[in-house]
Amino acid sequence: MDSYLRPADLATALHALGAARFRVVAGATDYYPQIASARTDERMLDITALPDLRGIERHPTGWRIGCLATWSDVVASPLPPAFDGLKQAARQVGGRQIQNAGTLAGNICNASPAADGVPCLLALDASVELASARGRRILKLADFIQGPRRTALRPDEMLLALHIPEHGGVSRFEKLGARAYLVISIAMVAVWAKLEAGRIAEARIAVGACGPVATRLPELEASLIGQEPTHATIEPHHLTPLRPIDDVRAPATYRRHAAEELIRRTITSLTTSSELAA
Amino acid sequence: MRANAIAIGFTLNGKPADVHADPARRLSDVLRDDLGLTGTKIGCNAGDCGACTILLDGEQVCACLTPTGRVAGRTITTVEGLAHNGTLSNLQSAFLRHGAAQCGICTPGMLMAASDLLSRAPSPTEAQVQDALGGVLCRCTGYRKIIDAVMDARPHPSAIPPAAGEAVGHRLTRVDGRARVDGSEIFGADALPDTPFLSLHVIRSPHAHARFTLGDFEPVLAATPGLTRVLTASDIPGQNRYGIYPEGKDQMVLAEGYVRHKGDPILALVGDEDALLAVDRKALPIDWEVLPTVDFATATGQDAIHEHAPNNILCRGRLACGDVDAGLAQATAHASITVRTGFVEHAYIEPEAGFARRVGDRIEITACTQTPYMDRDELALIMGLPKTSVRVIPTAVGGGFGGKLDLFVQPLLCISAWLTNRPIRMVVTRAESMLATTKRHPSHITAEAAADAQGHLTAFRFHGDFDTGAYASWGPTVANRVPVHASGPYRVPNALCTTAAIHTNGPPSGAFRGFGVPQAAIAGEALMDALAAQLGLDPWEFRRRNALGVGDATTSGQILGAGASLPECLDAIKPRYDELRAEAEAFNAAQSGPHRRGVGIACMWYGIGNTSMSNPSQMAIGVRPDGQFVLLSGAVDIGQGSNTVMSQIAADAVGIPVEHLAMTTGDTDLTPDAGKTSASRQTLVSGNAAHLAGTALRAEILRRVNTIELQDGKLALDLSSLPIDADGFVLRGDGTYDPPTTPLDADGQGVPYVSYAFAAQCALVEVDTSLGTVKALRIIAAHDVGRAVNPDLVEGQIHGGIAQGLGLALMEEYLPGRTDNLHDYLIPTIGDIPPIETILIEHADPNGPYGAKGVGEPALVATAPAILGAIEHAIGARITHIPATPDRVLAALSQ
Repeated sequence: MDSYLRPADLATALHALGAARFRVVAGATDYYPQIASARTDERMLDITALPDLRGIERHPTGWRIGCLATWSDVVASPLPPAFDGLKQAARQVGGRQIQNAGTLAGNICNASPAADGVPCLLALDASVELASARGRRILKLADFIQGPRRTALRPDEMLLALHIPEHGGVSRFEKLGARAYLVISIAMVAVWAKLEAGRIAEARIAVGACGPVATRLPELEASLIGQEPTHATIEPHHLTPLRPIDDVRAPATYRRHAAEELIRRTITSLTTSSELAA
Repeated sequence: MRANAIAIGFTLNGKPADVHADPARRLSDVLRDDLGLTGTKIGCNAGDCGACTILLDGEQVCACLTPTGRVAGRTITTVEGLAHNGTLSNLQSAFLRHGAAQCGICTPGMLMAASDLLSRAPSPTEAQVQDALGGVLCRCTGYRKIIDAVMDARPHPSAIPPAAGEAVGHRLTRVDGRARVDGSEIFGADALPDTPFLSLHVIRSPHAHARFTLGDFEPVLAATPGLTRVLTASDIPGQNRYGIYPEGKDQMVLAEGYVRHKGDPILALVGDEDALLAVDRKALPIDWEVLPTVDFATATGQDAIHEHAPNNILCRGRLACGDVDAGLAQATAHASITVRTGFVEHAYIEPEAGFARRVGDRIEITACTQTPYMDRDELALIMGLPKTSVRVIPTAVGGGFGGKLDLFVQPLLCISAWLTNRPIRMVVTRAESMLATTKRHPSHITAEAAADAQGHLTAFRFHGDFDTGAYASWGPTVANRVPVHASGPYRVPNALCTTAAIHTNGPPSGAFRGFGVPQAAIAGEALMDALAAQLGLDPWEFRRRNALGVGDATTSGQILGAGASLPECLDAIKPRYDELRAEAEAFNAAQSGPHRRGVGIACMWYGIGNTSMSNPSQMAIGVRPDGQFVLLSGAVDIGQGSNTVMSQIAADAVGIPVEHLAMTTGDTDLTPDAGKTSASRQTLVSGNAAHLAGTALRAEILRRVNTIELQDGKLALDLSSLPIDADGFVLRGDGTYDPPTTPLDADGQGVPYVSYAFAAQCALVEVDTSLGTVKALRIIAAHDVGRAVNPDLVEGQIHGGIAQGLGLALMEEYLPGRTDNLHDYLIPTIGDIPPIETILIEHADPNGPYGAKGVGEPALVATAPAILGAIEHAIGARITHIPATPDRVLAALSQ
């Protein structure tokens, strides 16, 4: 059995996954840093030759982002305002080199607590489509990511696509770090909302790097309904789902404070135009 | 279990390429190792630094994150593909013209990222350049000249070279610049033996403090084909002790049953690279007894980790003048402060690398280093060989900043090559480099200062504890240099400045651009601001009243001679300082949001060369039988440009156009000892030696003819009758210079340096008072450089020093075992360095060649205090725990 496979069709890829243990690799931007310079016995299933998986397409009920779509592809795609936050995030992942190679799907599967894509996709109410030789299944993203570096992906499965329902609305993203580029977040916030007559009619808010996994804030989302984005009220109890830790980037207390401030700013920015809007 | 290699074909730099390679291998490795294209550099193997950036189908990607298998049929461009038929591209030429390449290790990555951008946006904005190059780290340039170059990548008439005698002061393009932009420069990891070689891996302690016993390695050797040898302390042929200072050598090539920091070397594995990678580290027979860790806060109360350092105090430094208690008592204004700083990592983009080979009864080491002659002498002791049996051949250095002054890869490479009689190569990983090499000393400083009602300083008291980590390294240098500089570049009649270098189980703290002076300046400059505030004086005004100038006495009792130009530096930045203060105040008055701006100012001084110690340099210039002029320079150019500076000085001294002066650099067999590249000494010390050598050669020629005439760039003189010496010269001039200093007495009184550089910098910052983030918006830097031998290079040093000072102030803190990579250890990116306005003050120093003095370290010292002062101006709080990370700034705001 070869330890590197780069199949040209999905059936071969899924067959290989069913037959032996492989590490599925797309952009490889998380794969190589994890093996560092050490030797690895892991088999690599390079999926970048699979056809028709790079597209970002509109379907009757929503959008489908193929598992090979890169961060740069997201930025370059003409997408409605609901994706503005995702585009903002895409431009802040690593450097351009990473954005050109790394995929949104890989970011999800890597399941870092500081994954930039996860809060955005939670705010967009995304689901993941998983495929194996046995068939396909769809999971809500929140159910897919189970913990730091832990997902519901089975050994014989790969993430085929992300599905985002068509809800309209607009989204924004804010990321906080201690330098201008190549930032791994201290905290980050994604907000999706539907505005009616200048007030929030519906909202989804997710916070990243403030707990083992990115987290929605349902109480806050509910309380925002009817409020103006520029004057939104955030109560301490709205943030109870956050579980920030002390690490090399910041202490937990600061993270909690910063998350609240970022949430306020991200909500406020819903009313200002995004330079990344398509 | 790896795939068998397969054939992979692609287009490389416009031509078809075929490799037979494991498709899972990193493309960077295949480009470098299989195709010999070493222009693509490896800085981290993790996508954190961008040094390996290439174009894949025209888009920038990291070659280190690209499986080779997926490039089949695609198009790859590397730095080697930018020039056409030997002609540099407009972008490459712009990099040379703007001085955008210093050490050159990030340059290929920068060029490739910029090429991607320029193919889409031929006339990019600054913001576009920053976005496109944001993924490539540079530690030398401060990025501003890179931005300028990318925005000016268009045809440009070629520069007219300076005429004879006019090289000094000319913005000469770096004499070794071309190789740094076309990918041909050979750095540590690019140099290969010309015969098959083995690899060396070092097994290091996972514990900060422990005893260990080694088991039997025969089973490991037997079970690991390709593992040739396991080296332990008993294999060291000479003495298993090394260190910077002749007495107190305390570091072991391989530990002898006892380790003092995470990263102490305990074993070396020699063999085939693949075999070494396959060795299961966890299965090696090593038994550990972990000991309690000695940390900085409590070290002096714990058992000594070195017998010769009771209470873990390695050494102390002291300076006293006047009566500090009386000076404090008589004052109108009095301020005190406590400052804490942490480990700072050099974070050069080139991890240490090199190879050694045995040549008969001699050993040769080819590696990146800042100090070939000290390496040679130290290696002779370790090898048990005479100095003449050791040859050190420095490669290009991909950033040093003091971090490549200590031996690192050299001893084990030499020992293993000696014992196996095979060439041995070692390329250190980013993680190992960060874990085990030296750092900037953490400091804990308490200081107080006082001034009279007229705003004149009356007293300054300072004590700094410096965490020198597990080994002495350059700790004594820090302990001695800091007391001289601690009171700042001011007239202080009464001072008491003391230091202690304290051992802990941290990484060894060594040399890092400034030797403790940057940490001291953070405390001292804060006191100047505090005194000014108490007296109702502007911070600039207070400094100007106290600034040291010509004829003033320093706290060590030295009278400053001609060229000491701090008052002029302060006057030079005053107009911009006033404008920025007004701008900041207007901004704040108009703000309703969380942003506040502030302007800070800081001054610095820096003694050039070693503190009260001999540090001679020798240079030689000769004429070969064919009339070719050659400079033999042992001064290692670590990116700062000493090759160019030495050429300019030497050419003018001889009286020939600099373009006709060839150069042989830094090979201990071929060049005289120019000492180390540190202490900002090369321009002044080696520059003087080069000037003396050039003058001597000129005299030698003029003994024979009335004028020096050249034909086709060669000396037009019949040289055929002259004997040829060992260096291949028929005519020569030699120069030796050792800066005249005197020993310091018990009160630190004397002449520690021949010359001082001065500077005043101011910084405009914007603080987000809700998040605690700080963004520098502008830096104004006036530097007293005596004479700018090459203004482009001087500006480059200032920019780069400012970038490191900004990192020190705002983001850099190395935590052993936790930040051993370039994404958790943050250095400034291209978006973090604001526009820098540089003002060069050129009042010739009579002790410098053509009046020149150093600028390498002076560039950095003032920046952090200026930024911290700016934060205080913006928010009314002084950050004293450095770096001023967002959480610390926010905490200061809420107090």
